[in-house]
Order: sequence, then structure tokens, then C-alpha cells
Amino acid sequence: MISIKNVSKWYGEFQVLTDCTTEVTKGEVVVVCGPSGSGKSTLIKCVNALEPFQKGDIVVDGTSIADPKTDLPKLRSRVGMVFQHFELFPHLSITENLTIAQMKVLGRSKEEATDKGLKLLDRVGLKAHAHKYPGQLSGGQQQRVAIARALAMDPIVMLFDEPTSALDPEMVNEVLDVMVQLAQEGMTMMCVTHEMGFARKVANRVIFMDRGQIVEDCHKEEFFGNVDARSDRAKQFLAKILQH
Amino acid sequence: MDYNWDWGVFFKSTGIGQEIYLDWFVSGLGWTIAVALIGWLIALFLGSVLGVLRTVPNRWLSGLATAYVELFRNVPLLVQLFIWYFLIPDLLPEPIEMWFKQDLNPATSAYLSVVVCLGLFTAARVCEQVRTGIQALPKGQAAAAYALGFKLPQIYSQILLPQAFRIIIPPLTSEFLNIFKNSSVASLIGLMELLAQTKQTAEFTANLFEAFTLATIIYFTLNMSLMLLMRWVEKKVAVPGLISVGGK
Ligand SMILES: Nc1ncnc2c1ncn2[C@@H]1O[C@H](COP(=O)(O)OP(=O)(O)OP(=O)(O)O)[C@@H](O)[C@H]1O
Ligand SMILES: [Mg+2]
Repeated sequence: MISIKNVSKWYGEFQVLTDCTTEVTKGEVVVVCGPSGSGKSTLIKCVNALEPFQKGDIVVDGTSIADPKTDLPKLRSRVGMVFQHFELFPHLSITENLTIAQMKVLGRSKEEATDKGLKLLDRVGLKAHAHKYPGQLSGGQQQRVAIARALAMDPIVMLFDEPTSALDPEMVNEVLDVMVQLAQEGMTMMCVTHEMGFARKVANRVIFMDRGQIVEDCHKEEFFGNVDARSDRAKQFLAKILQH
Repeated sequence: MDYNWDWGVFFKSTGIGQEIYLDWFVSGLGWTIAVALIGWLIALFLGSVLGVLRTVPNRWLSGLATAYVELFRNVPLLVQLFIWYFLIPDLLPEPIEMWFKQDLNPATSAYLSVVVCLGLFTAARVCEQVRTGIQALPKGQAAAAYALGFKLPQIYSQILLPQAFRIIIPPLTSEFLNIFKNSSVASLIGLMELLAQTKQTAEFTANLFEAFTLATIIYFTLNMSLMLLMRWVEKKVAVPGLISVGGK
């Protein structure tokens, strides 16, 4: 589904990604973790071409991102993305947030888009808030709407960039629950997160990044079960976050 | 001070037809509004386009908009007006030049010059407000719109501009008021707008204080009404839970 091949990226002189290579197959849930500044967000943004990269290629469902002929907006419309700070559109109601891209990007009718949007809103447990505006919802509720908004586009894969790290602790679970459910339904997912409970529960694979490199890329059982075989940097990182 | 106040002066005949002095003020106000409103439409449209261009990911387009702003903000308004009125017509092709100088009546040619001048001058200022508004939005807003598959023009029209304009209503209001005040430069090229009519009344009647008091009251009332209008617009487009940067 997603194939990342030898991707390198620089910001001027500074190399953010160094020769990153990995695969995400259909239905797989891959968790990406690593210290701050290691390039996790950058890597995931490369997957839907929100960030350009200078070397290598990423192929999403048969479409190459490096190919200059690729229709990037079309590709992005098929890849759902959830951001750390939700990024709902504050000037639009929840219903409008859920329908605007369906109508303007996919060309769906208003009825069809609203129908679909409200079904998904119900699924994330927020049907009663359809007429409200993002500023009137809590962080956890906003993030659930953001997930519904991405799902409304019928994505072939969902990308998450630290979806719970801007939330108050008591709201983390309501968002993780939605993500777990999604994973169990077979959605292909690439999640940057430090929620190791989530990783243990639903991830197939865990990728550990450090200084722009993919240092570990292995199955969940291997990653958590055989800690001794992990690199020193991964061990230090795990020791730190598992303390909590 | 032995000044003879005479508030009845406005109802006295000017000696030209049936006109009283108050008619001069009404006509002057009409020109002032005509200059400022049409100038404002030009400024709002062009300024928004330029403001967008200053933020697009294209160096040539943003450079072009920046050059525009620097040029129009740094040349004094009066100099710009004289250029538009005295210089530009000479540079135009002969038929247009003749039309401007001979066929148009003097009020119309002065009006055209001052509307274009104020419109383009104010556009530079509107541009900066629009740019500030767009740049004040979280970077993630554009990213989220891109991620949903929107194209750049849609991102501006659907996501960025609706938010940016809400933020910049207060500074836009002061630009809107400014263009009314600045419209008085038109008196220097002979357009009989409010200030010119005030001066003329003062000279004809020697009731200088009454004339300028009335002009002050008219400008003040005009400004207050415009401010109330913009407040109303601000309320009308306010979104629950969205904090406006301009505040109350
Ligand atoms: N626009 C940019 N220009 C220059 N450097 C950047 C830019 N964006 C990110 N970087 C740098 O690239 C590196 C990787 O950033 P990235 O956001 O991918 O890290 P991350 O792993 O997601 O970290 P975090 O856990 O803090 O989100 C960081 O060192 C960051 O400072
Ligand atoms: Mg990040």
C-alpha cells in the first residue's frame, strides 16, 4: 500500500531524513516513534506529499510521489491525515467541516456528503454536536471530528501525527478508542505516537526513528518482547517513555 | 473675540441660481462618498489579490506584490495624485489623452484620477492587512486543507481568506475610514468634494468657523456611521468559539 524507498530530505544544509526505507501493507497498522526532532512528522508528511523530498521515492497504492506527472491533490484526497492540533476549520460548523472536502474535492452532492458526514460523526460519538463550531468542542471531541473528516473521504490509508499529544490526559482515551476501533476494522494506518499501550494493542509493526534514520523496523512482539536485541538508542527511548 | 456667529448662513442663497450654501455641502459630501466608496472597492479587490500573492509559494508572484507595496506605500499620496492627474494622461496614447483632457468635463477627469490614485494607494495598505491576516493563521490550516486534496485556489477561497478577513476587520475598518479622510486630497486638483466646498463657502461668506464646524460634524458623523456599519459586519460574520484577534 505504501512503499517508502531510500527517501532522503534536507532543509538547506540540514539533513532531516536519511535513506528511509519501509513498507506498509494493506490492513497493517504501523506505529512510528522516536525522540523529538527525529523526523517522524517529516516522514509521515512525505507520504502524502505535504513535504517534498530530494531523494528516493514513495509509492502509495501504485502512484509514485516523486513522479512529476502525479496529480498530488488527487493522491492526497485518498490519504487521510490527522494532525496533532486537529486543524478543524474554525469558521465552519462541524457538519461543514465534514462535508466541504467531500463536495469541493470529490464532487459529491450536499445530501450525499451530509449523509456520510453525519454517519461518521455518529460513529465517533458526536452526533449531537453537528451544528456546533470547532471552538465550542473540547480537544478530544475536536480530534474525533478530525478523524471523521478524514474518513469521510473514503481514504485507502490513514496517517496520524501524534494525534493525542496535544490533549489533556483525560481525553486521550476517547481518541485512542476510535483509533483502535479503526485498526480492528482493517484500516491501513501509519501512526506517529508515543502511546505504547496503543502500539501493544493494535500495531503490527513498530518503527523507531532517531536523527532522521529508521533505526528499528520490526514486529510488535519483537520490539516489545525482545528488548535486549534493540539498539541502544531505542532502549534508552523505551526506558524513558515506559517510565510513565 | 468679536466674531459674528451666524448659523443661518447655510440657508442663505449663494447667488448662483436657487442654490443655498447647504446645497454645496450636500454636493461635496456626495463627491466625497463617490470617491471613497469606489476607491475602496478597487482597494479591497486589488489589495486582497496582492495580499494573497504575497503569501503564495512562488517567489516571482510574491516579489511582484512586495514591490507594489513598497512603491505605493513610500511615495507620498499627494505626489501620486499629481502623477495620476498631470503625468499619466500625457503618457497614454493620443486618442485617450485627448479624450481625458478635452472630452471629459473637468470634474470627471479629476474624479477618475483621484479614484484610481486612492484605490491603488489604499490597495497597498489593504494588501499588508490581508497578508498579516493570512500569516496569523496556524500553518496547520493550509496543511490540513492540502491533506484533504484541496487545490491552492480553493485553499485560499474556502479556508484561509474567510478566516483572515474575520481577523482583520478592525484594521480594515481604519483603512476604510482613512480613505474617506484621504479623499480630501481631491480638492487639490479641483474636485469639489466636501473639503473644497467648505473652503469655498468660507471664502464666499466669510463665515469660516461655521463652515468648518459643519464640515467637522459631517466628517465625524460619516466616520461614526462607517464604524457602526463595520461593527455590524463583524458581528454578522462572527463565529462561535472563534476569538477575533482585533478584540472588542
Ligand atoms: N521547515 C523546517 N525548516 C528547517 N528545519 C525543520 C523544518 N521543519 C522541521 N525541521 C527540523 O527537522 C527535524 C525533524 O522535525 P520533525 O518535525 O520531523 O521531528 P519529529 O520527530 O516529528 O519531532 P516531534 O516529536 O518534536 O514532533 C527537527 O530537527 C526540526 O527542527
Ligand atoms: Mg512531530
